[in-house]
Amino acid sequence: MTVETKIAKVTGTAVPIRGNDIDTDRIIPARYLKEITFARMGEYPFYDERFDSEGKPKSHPFNDPKYQGASILLVNKNFGCGSSREHAPQALFRFGIHAIVGESFAAIFAGNCVMMGMPTVTVTSIEIEELMKAVESNPRGVLSLDLEKKSLSCRERQIRFDIPDSYRSALMTGSWDCTSMLHANLDKAKKAAAKLPYMTAFKG
Amino acid sequence: MAKGSGRTLYDKVWESHTVDILPTGQTQIFIGLHLIHEITTAPAFDMLREKGLKVAFPERTFATLDHIVPTDMRARPFLDSQAEELTQALEKNTGQFGIQFYGLDSDRQGIVHVIGPQLGLTQPGMTLACGDSHTSTHGAFGTLAFGIGTSQVRDVLATQTLAMDKLKVRRINIHGALSAGVYAKDIILFIIRRLGVGGGKGFAYEYGGSVVEKMSMEERMTICNMSIEGGALVGYVNPDEITFAFLKGREFVPKGEDFERAVAYWSSIASDPDAHYDDVVDMEASEIEPTVTWGINPGQAVGILEKLPDPERCSDPEGAKRAYEHMGWKPGSPILGTPINVAFVGSCTNSRLSDLRAAAKIAKGRKVHPAIRALVVPGSAAVKVLAEKEGLDRIFTEAGFEWREAGCSMCLAMNPDKLKGREICASSSNRNFIGRQGSPGGRTILMSPAMVAAAAVNGKIVDVREYV
Ligand code: SF4
Repeated sequence: MTVETKIAKVTGTAVPIRGNDIDTDRIIPARYLKEITFARMGEYPFYDERFDSEGKPKSHPFNDPKYQGASILLVNKNFGCGSSREHAPQALFRFGIHAIVGESFAAIFAGNCVMMGMPTVTVTSIEIEELMKAVESNPRGVLSLDLEKKSLSCRERQIRFDIPDSYRSALMTGSWDCTSMLHANLDKAKKAAAKLPYMTAFKG
Repeated sequence: MAKGSGRTLYDKVWESHTVDILPTGQTQIFIGLHLIHEITTAPAFDMLREKGLKVAFPERTFATLDHIVPTDMRARPFLDSQAEELTQALEKNTGQFGIQFYGLDSDRQGIVHVIGPQLGLTQPGMTLACGDSHTSTHGAFGTLAFGIGTSQVRDVLATQTLAMDKLKVRRINIHGALSAGVYAKDIILFIIRRLGVGGGKGFAYEYGGSVVEKMSMEERMTICNMSIEGGALVGYVNPDEITFAFLKGREFVPKGEDFERAVAYWSSIASDPDAHYDDVVDMEASEIEPTVTWGINPGQAVGILEKLPDPERCSDPEGAKRAYEHMGWKPGSPILGTPINVAFVGSCTNSRLSDLRAAAKIAKGRKVHPAIRALVVPGSAAVKVLAEKEGLDRIFTEAGFEWREAGCSMCLAMNPDKLKGREICASSSNRNFIGRQGSPGGRTILMSPAMVAAAAVNGKIVDVREYV
């Protein structure tokens, strides 16, 4: 593992997107899933909320110059619900987001984020409101997420966040891109499979 | 019941598929069956090539085409060049890696969650993954089935395993009996409304109780399908005689003595009578009316005779306000009588033979309202053949519905079947998200197939109980 794959800290300015239950169809409309690679996904996050039918920009935090360059996204409850499309975290990541702080995340979405090396961490609803307000009033303020300490700093404020232990460990040890780790166990996988009666179609 | 010491089906299947505990603390789980389609897989095969890896168990992956296929003119090359490109990529990738592929020329083609069970590929006690969130559908068989992202598709291809965290299990009992005109779709909409669209986070849902125990496999699939809309990655029903009878004789199901051995194994993986659950929820079927959504997520639902709710009394007032803004409706007004523009019977939730029969029963001898565009899209090529044998296609076309080829169609906006502008669609699909059906301003009302048919002939939302 190279050092860069170990993710212990994310530091940068932040952008809030308010609202519960923001689904992955909103994060990336299905028509962009027809592209054969993820390469251009960074152009599309929240496309239908950011642009009208003629492609003219609408008011949206991702279009707002004051949040330009933000690398930390602040969200509310159940962010990323709906479709399993990895295009959603890919679109956010390629747009420049490298960590997401929210009240809660949908399961498949959070798993997809981790596998791309993007932490999703949770804080309470009071804390997220406080963070959103702080960022709205001072968009150039820098936030810093420390996975080791499970702590987020915003000006003088330190807020403890939660992240599943396995996600934290995968990010910090650089094993979030886990194919090689799984692949190293291929013999064990074959042994486990051999014990499952359906693998031999229940032949006696 | 929650205090028991026995094991759930989830516990048993998790344990039997555990390969190792990884250094991250996650469990490496063997995946018994992997289903793929054209949308979420092309980058996964690219990643595999980049890493110089092979497909570890090519015979455990099956591929089909569903999301982008046109359901009327299916001639190749597709008019949509991106759809053609994705299709060719899947053809190339499955060919190159030796994976079974059911393309448009195959009588086994269809929505991935319809064909798995139909072919008998989906079996109790298996783990099953697919790059699609509605993979929970297969849980109807007592299968641990879940949706995954593209990087995980890569991992399953490369290793037939996934790194996972164990879920808790919530048992949901539906007691009593359903009344006429109330269907499996109404039950799951009712459950999501009760427990919330995020309520299942961290849980596998085990459905049971007298109503579920009596249900057909197709009804159980409808319920398990929408588990993910309630935030639960996995939803399942314990396998029983109804499950075994459904499976018997299907293409990939063992025959003769092997079948007897399979049944014994399948029975053994059901939850113990004294299984320990992390949570138990009880609901009464008699409280469930035909249920429809009024908002922009599947939890924003009401019984057909209820009035639209006051946002301040909703669990998420801001979300409710946003829903009203999009739908253009007023709190306190009835949903009954809402005019529609489009009616859609289809999707992996409700496109199986019994769904089409339920819709046809309403459509028979009636006419689609002249202002309405109405489509019926069977879930698979095989469902289409069976429906035509029974003459359901004629009932639909005589009534003025379009009868289409198998695919995802208007469930999502990736093929030519789309809403336009502000159209309102009565839909038997599973998501009413903004833009889901192809128009950023489009509006979706989710309901059972029979309710869709009744709405189509009336031009507005009605109570199907008046027709059954
Ligand atoms: S029918 Fe709809 S929900 Fe089901 S697999 Fe197709 S697009 Fe997904």
